[in-house]
Amino acid sequence: MRRILRKLAEDRAALFGLVLIGLLVLAAILAPWLSTHPGDVTEFHTAQRLTAPGAENWLGTDRMGSDIYSRLLYGARITITIAVTAIAVAVAIGVPIGLVAGYYQGIGSELLMRVSDIFLAVPQIVLAIAIAQTLGPSIENVILALSATYWPFWARLVYAETRSCKNEPFVEAAIALGCSPWRVMVLHILPSISSSIIVRTTIGMGGTILTAATLGFLGLGPPPPTPEWGRTIAEAREFLPMAWWYAAFPGLAIFLVVMGFNLLGDGLRDVLDPRLRRAARHDK
Amino acid sequence: MKTFVLVVNRLAWFVPTLLGLLAIVFFISHVIPADPAAFVAGENATPETVAAIRARLGLDQPLYVQFWRYILSILDGDMGRSIYTGRPVVEDLLSRLPATLELTLVTVLVSIAVGVPLGVVAALRRNSWLDHGLRVVTIAGLAIASFWFAILLQLLFSMRLGWTPLGGRVEGWGPEQITGFYLIDALILQDHEILLDALQHMILPVVTLAVPATATIVRFTRAGMLNALQSNYVLYETAMGYPRRLVIWKYVLRNALIGTVTQIGLIFGILLAGAVVVEAVFDWPGLGTFAVNSILSSDYNAVMGFTVIVGTMFIVVNLVVDILHGMIDPREVR
Repeated sequence: MRRILRKLAEDRAALFGLVLIGLLVLAAILAPWLSTHPGDVTEFHTAQRLTAPGAENWLGTDRMGSDIYSRLLYGARITITIAVTAIAVAVAIGVPIGLVAGYYQGIGSELLMRVSDIFLAVPQIVLAIAIAQTLGPSIENVILALSATYWPFWARLVYAETRSCKNEPFVEAAIALGCSPWRVMVLHILPSISSSIIVRTTIGMGGTILTAATLGFLGLGPPPPTPEWGRTIAEAREFLPMAWWYAAFPGLAIFLVVMGFNLLGDGLRDVLDPRLRRAARHDK
Repeated sequence: MKTFVLVVNRLAWFVPTLLGLLAIVFFISHVIPADPAAFVAGENATPETVAAIRARLGLDQPLYVQFWRYILSILDGDMGRSIYTGRPVVEDLLSRLPATLELTLVTVLVSIAVGVPLGVVAALRRNSWLDHGLRVVTIAGLAIASFWFAILLQLLFSMRLGWTPLGGRVEGWGPEQITGFYLIDALILQDHEILLDALQHMILPVVTLAVPATATIVRFTRAGMLNALQSNYVLYETAMGYPRRLVIWKYVLRNALIGTVTQIGLIFGILLAGAVVVEAVFDWPGLGTFAVNSILSSDYNAVMGFTVIVGTMFIVVNLVVDILHGMIDPREVR
């Protein structure tokens, strides 16, 4: 564990990613204290609508005269809520399916994998659009649409890893010692494949945030006056090219957060993936 | 013979996948909603209309009967009528297909032309500043929300600088419809004015879509090259005194690109997904704009039709890529 952290600390790009994620979490937790106009999530001041960035409104105001900086901070809460919950549900569905299907190979597991293949055979955003359109715009429905379309990624990954892990001597030893299948899966196989799951989850966070923002942009996200970042960009389009700040800053926020998860995921993969590590040694 | 077996094998997998896609869409459209008929009728329908639609669609029948009828109607090319345009959804979708395909294909070509050389260079100069720079740039390219990037490009190049058109495929009417691909039609008609105009309209949407696609190609080409460079045949060829350039550009690249070819299916998915919002921003009259308008007007049949069409296209592309992969790489045929 310490070795992993040290290697990760040497990777400046991954560290930067970690800093970006840290900023997102801080922004979400400290939103009431960091924001200059905490009331502006629901209040509006039409007298000062579409003011350019300045001393009073650091990132300008929107069509309602609300402070964009303050709304972005509260938007971070929505982003984290959606991404963390959706991914947690997807992992909670995908990992057990992959584990069981990989451990017991039979018609049942074949069927489970075929089902996840079908989900993977359609672009995630397209399925998410169909589900969100049916359920109606709300935070819960965005989470549902995302977890329903993303779980097969973990099922596929865990299935493949479990299968290749199953013939390793340590698993055979555990079975020979009389461990129950359940115990073998949870205590022996799961820990040894956890690094791949961590890498996949980190990168998955970035993808989920992008998809959630796209749903918001399409009007399928949480309804106004929720300060969701994607929806804010959609609102801003009417006021271009004049109010550039209205569209520019929410997009920048999305970009920095997704970039943070992607950089960290990329760094983690280099550190955790044993196959890449071997390749690196071979190189030297 | 081996190729034939491969094709049959993959085709056998195609039918269940398609059925699975239809089952998912059926589940979303018929099982999740409390009253699917109300969805199809739209927001302003009277209770009588809703009841009539329920009876006409057979929504009072058991689910398996409904599913069977649903599959039959899709195979028949019937996806219901759009509330927004009043025309059959299939007609609407098919008339917009060429615009999306043209945009997607041009983007794929541009991404390959830019991405493959960059990936090769990054692998050859592994751990140089160029390699590290490309790593950060490609990760950034995959982190940009395409709808936001599209809006920024439009703001800068169309609204402020006035270099590129705001949106659409051409100024005024397009060329006479032959294939529906404006670039090809303009070439056939020898109409250089329209050709130039169509190209100008294409620049910003293609750039927006090409960013994530190129990033993916660079990363896979780099990984493939590194893998191939470490193999024994490269060692052998180098030991035999083959010129380095020949080894790299002929033997290594050919093996490295096998991985990239399989990624084209994935890239096609990225592009179709990106096209939904990018087309809407640039008012590109393709499937994406149609989907966004349908979502905004709660046009239920149209959204579900879009899902089926795009899902099917994606499955077909992956089928073709699978077969191509098997033909390029004989190890795949087992």
